[in-house]
Amino acid sequence: MKNTKLELSVGLFVLLGIAAIAYLTIQVGTGAVGGGDTYLIESRFTNAGGIHPGSSVMVAGVTVGRVEGVRIEPSDFSAIVAMRVLAGLQLPTDSMASIKTTGLIGDKFVSLLPGADATFLKPGMRITLTESAIDLESLIGRMAFGSVNQDKAEKETK
Amino acid sequence: MGVFMSIIRLMLHWLGRRTLRVVFGVGDFSLFTGRSFLSLAQTKRLATRIARAVHEQGTVCLPVILIVGVFTGLVLGLQGYHVLSRFGSQGLLGTLVSLSLVREMAPVLASLMLIGQAGSAFAAELGIQRNTEQIAALETMGVNSHGYLVAPRLVAALIVFPIQTALFVILGIWGGSISGSVLLGVDSGVYWSAVHRAVEARDLQECFMKAAVFGLLSMSVCAYQGFHADRNRSAVGARAVSACTTRAVVLSSIAVLVADYIISSFFV
Amino acid sequence: MEPSAYPVALQVECLQKGFNGKSVLRGVDLEVPRGSIFTVLGPSGTGKSVFLKCLANILQPDAGRIRFDGRDLGAGDSAAQDEFRRRCSFLFQSNALFDSLTALENVALPLEQTTTLGKLEILNRSRDALRQLEMEEFLDQYPAQLSGGMQKRLALARAIVTRPELVLFDEPTAGLDPLRRNAVFAMIAKYQRHFNFTALIVTHDVTEALVASDRVALLNQGRIAFVGTPAEFSSSRNPVLSLFRDSAQALGESLTEIRRSHPTP
Repeated sequence: MKNTKLELSVGLFVLLGIAAIAYLTIQVGTGAVGGGDTYLIESRFTNAGGIHPGSSVMVAGVTVGRVEGVRIEPSDFSAIVAMRVLAGLQLPTDSMASIKTTGLIGDKFVSLLPGADATFLKPGMRITLTESAIDLESLIGRMAFGSVNQDKAEKETK
Repeated sequence: MGVFMSIIRLMLHWLGRRTLRVVFGVGDFSLFTGRSFLSLAQTKRLATRIARAVHEQGTVCLPVILIVGVFTGLVLGLQGYHVLSRFGSQGLLGTLVSLSLVREMAPVLASLMLIGQAGSAFAAELGIQRNTEQIAALETMGVNSHGYLVAPRLVAALIVFPIQTALFVILGIWGGSISGSVLLGVDSGVYWSAVHRAVEARDLQECFMKAAVFGLLSMSVCAYQGFHADRNRSAVGARAVSACTTRAVVLSSIAVLVADYIISSFFV
Repeated sequence: MEPSAYPVALQVECLQKGFNGKSVLRGVDLEVPRGSIFTVLGPSGTGKSVFLKCLANILQPDAGRIRFDGRDLGAGDSAAQDEFRRRCSFLFQSNALFDSLTALENVALPLEQTTTLGKLEILNRSRDALRQLEMEEFLDQYPAQLSGGMQKRLALARAIVTRPELVLFDEPTAGLDPLRRNAVFAMIAKYQRHFNFTALIVTHDVTEALVASDRVALLNQGRIAFVGTPAEFSSSRNPVLSLFRDSAQALGESLTEIRRSHPTP
């Protein structure tokens, strides 16, 4: 009698635990792109600040991949961001990659804006059209001193 | 000058003695844990023993885990909301609550609560069994006392701690949603989507790995202290049991926090 | 349990043990004949319990040899020690019952953990052992719910359930009243005949021991001062022996004196 009671309570506890772990991994822990094949593409940014391995890659606000790595291109000091994107997603060659922020000070992520070309990016190819991270701090600084336009003009002449 | 030198020598001796004692203690503890696992094979009716241990650490401690989990989430939601709203980023509340729970709070707090409830009881039980010669009686019968008394609890800890931690996480996230989106002004859809976005498989991996390591570590520290309650020179009898229980709780809590730092530094 | 022809169950040579530089056993030599009740007497604090615990390997002796059934129980020979443990039981002075298990579970535990018997067989043998000690009604009681004498019987049941060849008794009558002391010795004698094990008893109860034992030894100041039959013990002119005998008798007399001068109301 005592033993069966013990068995019952242990059984219930373990069942509850398995349900909890399953809920966590399936429902909550879906931040990562789930299983399925992926392919690697690259893009070149002048400034990849705030992008780390693991940052999201999004198309139209939907996570479609992860940043695999960030490295420096020694020839022109630009940042090369390697991304893994779901294999089912075919991106036109003239797609544009830009670095955006969730909210005002949130995580940085790579946003892909699909183009209109009839040819698609193949694994290992590089996106050429890019828009770098907005340097929020200097932007705020410039806004505070009221010289946004002037600075921008200066930058463009560089 | 001579007095000065002899003081230095005394200090060096003291330091050396302390160091040797610590080294001996760590080595002896590792041997103890290893021997317990090795003697698993010699224990019969192992399933029943493990089930009993799962009951002790699991079902019995469930209410504490539930209460502490919910309140941790409530407080995280409350504090996080007020900090984030200064920057207008209340939308990140779900991220804050879920990531701090999954990565740190749940494994550490759940382990500390389990040490307080199950670990202390385990150490005291072993201490009394040592004191009343029950452990010696097992040995004279030819029963492997490590395998019979300690090993099932260590195996149970490896099962129970991750489960309790998972429950802690879920209840904490619920608690955060109660204080964040029911009582305060975060939209519940925003909260939950932030939660789903924030937690990755890697974080859960870290979470469960921590829980299993903490479980094994804390339960074996408690077992070691209780099992050797008679080694204490300064206290005997009931005092020795209370001293070994205190040491078990204090040392295993410290061990959990140190291990937490080490594991976190590998994952970050 | 293969019957052995070897006439000496336990042979101890020059056993020594000390604590923190203070030696307690200073070379104990003893031979316990098979199938006998052998009692080691001695005043309190002469290391009787230490002697028994060295035999049971609860304490590690500093020097000396112990042979069980002709086989040396060396410190490194774990196979010999395992075999010794399988064939020998130890009855603790404090009983050392498992306080979170019922009487039946206490008795069943050594069978469960050290034999390969089936569940039903274990249950039957445990019940048998308890029945023989007239404890059938207490199967589901916890040790704390039993009286002192009952606990002693339960401990004995647990000791004999594995059908040992040698049972070591550490002060089996400690803390019991004279009536119960007699009962315990009678019980040991009865079950010793019944199961035919060798009993090695350590006690300071001279009167009861002399009646129940086949052979008696006196441990004094870490050495064996006398070995012989109870009759020889009673009639010996050995000065140590008579001192011990007389002191025990004197104690008894002084106690009766006290009782007489303070009559119970």
